[in-house]
Amino acid sequence: MTHRSHRLLSVSSLARVEGEGAMQVHVVDGEVESVRLSIYEPPRFFEALLRGRRYDEPVDITSRICGICPVAYQMTACQAVEDACGVTVDGQLAALRRLLYCGEWIESHSLHIYLLHAPDFLGLPDALALARADRALVERGLRLKQAGNQIMEVLGGRAVHPVNVRLGGFHQLPEREELDRLTALLRTARHDAEATVAWAIALDFPELHIRHATLALRPTDSYPLDAGTPTLHHAFSDAAPPTVFPVEEFEQHVVEAQAPHTTALTATADGLRYLTGPLARWRTAADLLPPDLRDLGSTAGLDTACDNPFRSIVVRAIEVLWAVREAQRLLDAYEPPPAPAVPVPPRAGVGRAATEAPRGLLYHRYELAADGTVLDANIIPPTAQNQSAIEADLRDFVQQRLHLDDTELTRQCEQAIRNYDPCISCATHFLDLTVERR
Amino acid sequence: MSCAPRPKLAVWKFSSCDGCQLTLLDCEEDLLPLADRVEIAYFLEASRATSPDPYDLSLVEGSIATKDDIDRIREIRAQSRVLVTIGACATAGGIQALRNARDFEQLRSVVYAQPEYIDELATSTPIADHVRVDFELRGCPIDKRQLLEVITAFLAGRKPDIPDHSVCFECKRRGVTCVTVAHGTPCLGPVTQAGCGALCPAFGRGCFGCFGPKADPNTRALLPLLRTDGLADQDVARLYRTYNAEAPAFREAAREATDTVKETAEETRR
Repeated sequence: MTHRSHRLLSVSSLARVEGEGAMQVHVVDGEVESVRLSIYEPPRFFEALLRGRRYDEPVDITSRICGICPVAYQMTACQAVEDACGVTVDGQLAALRRLLYCGEWIESHSLHIYLLHAPDFLGLPDALALARADRALVERGLRLKQAGNQIMEVLGGRAVHPVNVRLGGFHQLPEREELDRLTALLRTARHDAEATVAWAIALDFPELHIRHATLALRPTDSYPLDAGTPTLHHAFSDAAPPTVFPVEEFEQHVVEAQAPHTTALTATADGLRYLTGPLARWRTAADLLPPDLRDLGSTAGLDTACDNPFRSIVVRAIEVLWAVREAQRLLDAYEPPPAPAVPVPPRAGVGRAATEAPRGLLYHRYELAADGTVLDANIIPPTAQNQSAIEADLRDFVQQRLHLDDTELTRQCEQAIRNYDPCISCATHFLDLTVERR
Repeated sequence: MSCAPRPKLAVWKFSSCDGCQLTLLDCEEDLLPLADRVEIAYFLEASRATSPDPYDLSLVEGSIATKDDIDRIREIRAQSRVLVTIGACATAGGIQALRNARDFEQLRSVVYAQPEYIDELATSTPIADHVRVDFELRGCPIDKRQLLEVITAFLAGRKPDIPDHSVCFECKRRGVTCVTVAHGTPCLGPVTQAGCGALCPAFGRGCFGCFGPKADPNTRALLPLLRTDGLADQDVARLYRTYNAEAPAFREAAREATDTVKETAEETRR
């Protein structure tokens, strides 16, 4: 052969992901030359727009970055601003916040598992087709999703952009009878979550093994959600102890750079490409789960380091069950705190926080003036951190599947991308790729 | 499967957070019955299967933020029998329209090291600035019940029953104590369109206007009340400058508040 054979695979609009994205794969002479996950969600300049706002506003404003995980933004913004003001919210107020966050995990993960991801494993175009094939399955997913939404509605007022969260706690505490209603709902949700795990374990998983570093929070006494120490494992196969650093040093380890040839901001941790999200949490903190949940993972073939992104659906299912049980525990132990919020007076300073959004680690930093004016803000959303790992995985994935025709290869690539539950709306600072389109 | 062709529903996204189209998926118990009545012909967030145009009802989320968006919305308009915009981004430009009043070059350089890669317009504008819109559904985010009413109404060929009165009406109807009267909490309820069910006042919080201005809002009359409730004029302007900052009545109200700062200063000098 004297000429080089070129094959270009291009998916202009990825379906069943949150936000808008595209994918291009370029194959030359049987070798994958480049894989690009293009984000054409126009940037919305949140960090710049936050400058000059008052310190109690990021809570509501940053939730508008993502309609799928607004609570993650609210919780992280609150904690970061409170950190700047030297206030720690603890006790039952922290418990209520955690309960709200459990609601979002249940809602977001159920949406992803049943409406976005499940159809892939069953070879169907969407959840509506799935409902025609197995209505009870989709109804179970919707019921579980609704349980998460109900938690958010009781504590936050509404499921998308809740209104009840404020610095120091909440505008109003929930009524006992509303919490009792949640307790009753969660009994059903627990059965549904258990059934979800059993169903997910039995799926067929394509082979794909990844080698990235992982970054997740590791709390001292619980599976990661609203707190923990950033923990960087250098590679999936690496048995060496992880690098652990306090949130204060986050930006010394995690660096976002705008690579000139990709036009996207990509993050590295200690110079390493890394993955955040369910697989990273599982790797970092599965040992902190209750033993029976850990055993469920073992039954499903998840080792301490599950390196197959297709199995992330199992980790998500286990995380839903964990979040339902955690919500039940918090409700059982709830006693109304003396006030809906503690005072958070402004002061000059810098505050930082990291929490685990359903799709991965979310970091906020705010610099405040003495009167509470926001001078500077930095937000590092999960999908920005995952992008280069997703691209690297796709490269390996495509290389092993070059024998497939374009239609089938495209379908499988889309499925592979959905493994990471990318939230492209979280593109606080992804770049528009129009300039790259020819 | 019924034999009669079902009306085709399409959902489109422009610059936004996805929360409004998620509201459609949040119609949990109504979702599958709805899908029995309409053909979901284009809804990327939910399905990779798409059907060709024309579409009987297009729901459009998000604001126009790039040059490409302008071409795309024109094409969607041409393919749609009825076009309804959903949410504050689509109806008023959204939170990202705050950039309209700022130095765009400076703004870009805050976020990007190489801002020249961005093919972004200096403004974020509502869909109705670019194409004819049949109905605007307000909210940041939209309300689930209102969304179902809009879909049901357009499929039945009638006007949706969406009131354009203020949040105050909803407070009264819901029996919520007025937060301004009872606690002196600053509240945009009197000038904000209903639809949320008076959510914030029900949670003891003043309305922050996420459904945008009601029909003919008397923002001038509200201004002294907001001041009495302890807001400085810059705070009043800030309160109006959020999710519906570029809705004309709110833009004007924010300007009124800061203009009076200057007027008062001049009066003091005289």
